Amino acid sequence: MSPITLILIAIGLGLAGWLAGRAKAWSFQKAHPQSRPASRPIYHAWYVAIWVVIPVLVFISFWSFAAPDLITRSVLTSMAAADLPSFGFEREAWLAEARAVATGRAPGVFNDGAEKLVEPFREAISFYTWIGLAVTIVIAVGGGIFAFLRIRPDFGARTKVERTVMIVLLLASLVAILTTFGIFASLVFETVRFFGMVSPVDFLFGTFWAPDPMSNPDNPDGSRYGAIPLFWGTIFIGAIIAMIVAIPLGLMSAIYLTQYANPSLRTWVKPALEILAGVPTVVYGYFAALTIAPMIRDAAVSVGVTNASTESALAAGVVMGVMIIPFVSSMADDSIAAVPSAMRDGSYAMGATKSETITKVLFPAALPGIVAGIMLAVSRAIGETMIVVMAASTAANLSANPLDRMTTVTVQIVKMLTGEGSFDHPATLSAFALGFVLFLVTLALNFAALRVVKRFREAYE
Amino acid sequence: MNNTADFKRPTRTPEFEKRLAKRYRAERTFKLMGQGAIVFSVAVLIFLLGNMLVNGIGGFQRAELAVPITFAESGLTGDEVSLTAPSAVQTLEMQGMAEVVQLFAEKALGERGADQLSDQAWRDVAAALTADPALLEKTEPMIFNLPASSDLASGLAGEGSPEMRALAKDLVSQGKLAENWDWAFLSRSDATSPQAVGIWGALKGSIFTMLVTLALAFPVGILAALYLEEYAPKNRWTDLIEVSINNLAAVPSIIFGLLGLAVFLAVFPNLRSAPLIGGMTLALMTMPVIVISGRNAIKAVPPSIRDGALAVGASPVQVVFHHVLPLALPGMLTGTIIGMARALGETAPLLLIGMRAFVATPPTDLTSPATVLPVQIFLWSDEIDRGFVERTSAAIVVLLLFLLLMNSIAIYLRNKFEKTW
Repeated sequence: MSPITLILIAIGLGLAGWLAGRAKAWSFQKAHPQSRPASRPIYHAWYVAIWVVIPVLVFISFWSFAAPDLITRSVLTSMAAADLPSFGFEREAWLAEARAVATGRAPGVFNDGAEKLVEPFREAISFYTWIGLAVTIVIAVGGGIFAFLRIRPDFGARTKVERTVMIVLLLASLVAILTTFGIFASLVFETVRFFGMVSPVDFLFGTFWAPDPMSNPDNPDGSRYGAIPLFWGTIFIGAIIAMIVAIPLGLMSAIYLTQYANPSLRTWVKPALEILAGVPTVVYGYFAALTIAPMIRDAAVSVGVTNASTESALAAGVVMGVMIIPFVSSMADDSIAAVPSAMRDGSYAMGATKSETITKVLFPAALPGIVAGIMLAVSRAIGETMIVVMAASTAANLSANPLDRMTTVTVQIVKMLTGEGSFDHPATLSAFALGFVLFLVTLALNFAALRVVKRFREAYE
Repeated sequence: MNNTADFKRPTRTPEFEKRLAKRYRAERTFKLMGQGAIVFSVAVLIFLLGNMLVNGIGGFQRAELAVPITFAESGLTGDEVSLTAPSAVQTLEMQGMAEVVQLFAEKALGERGADQLSDQAWRDVAAALTADPALLEKTEPMIFNLPASSDLASGLAGEGSPEMRALAKDLVSQGKLAENWDWAFLSRSDATSPQAVGIWGALKGSIFTMLVTLALAFPVGILAALYLEEYAPKNRWTDLIEVSINNLAAVPSIIFGLLGLAVFLAVFPNLRSAPLIGGMTLALMTMPVIVISGRNAIKAVPPSIRDGALAVGASPVQVVFHHVLPLALPGMLTGTIIGMARALGETAPLLLIGMRAFVATPPTDLTSPATVLPVQIFLWSDEIDRGFVERTSAAIVVLLLFLLLMNSIAIYLRNKFEKTW
């Protein structure tokens, strides 16, 4: 019986408890119509339902972890387990097979030896299923009866229910901390393991990147784990080429839309830019790889560049820039709109033209906000994955030629983790170290952007 | 005369006029640059969507050979019971259905034409037969449009080898080969040949994944938003929660993939490439988006509503759940749909947790191996066979349509329920 069935049973019992609690509370009110109970019947109903459901949910979450282990243990103590291979891979395989057959997931066993284990597995599974069911019902009914007996006209069910609600709300908001902590812990843990095999100096300052997932994991060659070419490729594609495209186009479209365009044009163009922002990155990647990259290669060949690659940094960077345009544009839009209109009016009163007002008054005043927006845009660009995975190369190159093949941190993370290497190999673990660097850099950029925005606000209020 | 003009407008010297003209020129150039930026952005959008649409239309079509089949002469046997049993296709395969179809094809198309029938073409005929067993009695020939091989398909498209192009031309002139609408693309799953692929498997995987994401991220996100906006005391813990939510919203999506790999797959090693794990990973990514938009929606509810409720004796929990939440819910839903649309288009984290397997049968539950639409697009874009190019675009068109639908719902909700207090 799956945990989902148990949860459904718990919810069913909870509903029964809810109805029973409400009925009891109503009966008090009917018996003494003049009296004023401490809580309305609905709170008594919820009080009973909470006592039924929450203990059961705690039990189910514990049980769904413990039950498979208990089943295996009881099979191992059975007679049939005597001729099981004593150790290692084969033993695991037999057990897994027998379990799969017993649960009906596989039609038959592959190893004959596992055949004998199927029956004990079946017995153990049905035994523990019944135990799980029985304990679920006992806990639910027990909790329900306890709560039901406490219902009295003067019982403050509402405060108890509300306290539970507050705890649930607090737990929900703690999920965010837990996630941040989980990300941090898992990245740090795997990164430390990686640095146990490859020295951080080699990783952070080496200029040659060619991890071999098939090499001997016990004796990795640190000189193949130099991440400088990846960092350079990431910066070149995400922070240089993409920004050369995105900053002027994004800024100019924001300026035009806020300062020049009439409202009817704005109502059409703004949603169009939002669509551009909503296109999935895999679509941009496909567009870059199939349309833009060959176009750039052909253009380069026609002007006489012979070694132009179809996996050039330029194609990935340009398409990434296009993807970032709406982001820069909306950031610039917000910070220009935040400039006090008195400054603009003053400039017009002095006889400045619109463009002079924009470039000499509005833009400098909005600059901190725009800079913050660009920092956020860079942090998005360097963390962007699909465009570079599909359009950029996997070859690490330390070059300043935009037509060269180049790779990025995110490309290598995907490459290392979708390859054939085992999970304990330094090549695989290097993905976590790269991820950790990426995480820290994006966090730093976001903090810096926040700082810049805060200063900007103080200046004008 | 000249002197009086100078007297009347003493600043309008020739130098001034020149400067003014220059300033106006600069103004025009600047405006033109702005227009240029807008035009470029919109042009890229139109080019991108147009490109996908034009290619995608090709992806909804496939090259099909017209093969007349006379079942009465086929030698295939079976009755209502055996042909509607779940094993019917296997039974037909054992009877040599593939060869039978091949034989009829040879009769109609010649040997060279019949060789270019797709290997799996007989399955279409088998499907027709299991749908209507009475066909087996038919004495007059029935014409089936069966998929051609990918070689012939590229020949029809004017690519591929010269022989194939000649053969395709020949067959087209006889009316036996044509590019037909292939709506079954929407109901099949992944396959090795571009002629036989479909997106239902990936779409179903996406739907399962999104259901898990919604079930986890929506309640948690809404409750966290309510707590932070309505109840949270101003202290260090609250600050920590706020900082982590804002950071999570800015963390690159691939980092969530690393988290899913290191944590979820370590806890459930058997659930690699299951929609459950994919949904959990995307839920962590979507939750901050829902919290942030939810908080904005709650902020938009005027304080007078709360004060009114408190004044007539409602408890703080009643104020929020009876008054604030119903009023903020449309705004929260809008944010949720936008977050879900982002999750639907997300690829990188799912690649890392293994949802990139070749999945030829649609997933049946939350724990069976699956892939999702964007990952399917990525996998097809990597295929060497040229036939996959159009199929990929068709899959992109389907994905974009879903995103458009979700965003339209969000905009509709926003316009319908938006209140100015």
